[in-house]
Amino acid sequence: MARLLVSLIAGALFGAGLIISQMVNPARVLGFLDAAGAWDPTLAFVMAGALAVSIPGHWLVRRVGAPVLDSKSHLPPPGRLDRRLIAGAVLFGIGWGLVGLCPGPALAALGTGEAKAFGFLVAMAAGMWLFGRIAQR
Amino acid sequence: MQPFDPLPALAGGALIGLGAVLLALFNGRVAGISGILGGLLDGERANLAWRAAFIGGLTGAGFLGLKLLSPAVDIAAGWPTLIVGGLLVGIGTRLGSGCTSGHGVCGMARGSVRSVAATAIYISVAVATVFVTRHLIGG
Repeated sequence: MARLLVSLIAGALFGAGLIISQMVNPARVLGFLDAAGAWDPTLAFVMAGALAVSIPGHWLVRRVGAPVLDSKSHLPPPGRLDRRLIAGAVLFGIGWGLVGLCPGPALAALGTGEAKAFGFLVAMAAGMWLFGRIAQR
Repeated sequence: MQPFDPLPALAGGALIGLGAVLLALFNGRVAGISGILGGLLDGERANLAWRAAFIGGLTGAGFLGLKLLSPAVDIAAGWPTLIVGGLLVGIGTRLGSGCTSGHGVCGMARGSVRSVAATAIYISVAVATVFVTRHLIGG
């Protein structure tokens, strides 16, 4: 129960951060990605703000060892670069550049009630589901 | 759209980082949206509840935040681009084991070589994609 509450709060903090930082707005994200246009540095500052908390935070996580509410950590161990990761990052980059939405903002944008926000989420979820089906075989 | 303002960008980013740290510290989980949503769609029973709680919290806070702050949300892409982009983001983040949150915020903070590489690749490819669509084809 406590773990569920932490998940809910962590998700809510994430969602609030995406709204306050305006990362929920694809126009803002595309402005950052448009290096040859009227460049918008917002995303770099959001990333800097996130890492400023996340880097010391994860240092603390390592110091503490096992998670407070679980017997063992589920964080992935260090791994090697492989073709799968590279190919995935390339495909994700193309999709992100085409629309300006990545998975977090796609969920946060649902509250607009806009058909396009739902359309993107359905397509994204279909891609994830499809990949899950193929990978399981 | 409002002009660039560093303070809300930094503050919003810090909240995102805080959410990620809480989830790792208390539950030992990566706050990677693509992994959490993808796992939910795979229907894995054992991890259904916490994933649903996280996605519910994110979507709910997004809904409330949009009502309270009413920031601009301008989805300029047309429908065909939107669908193709959505599919690519869905498949790519699953194949590459993460997105902007899992690799960018969590993995990079943990010093993961895979995450630093993935982040450099998807940002570079996205920049190239925007260059092609805005300055070579469109514009």
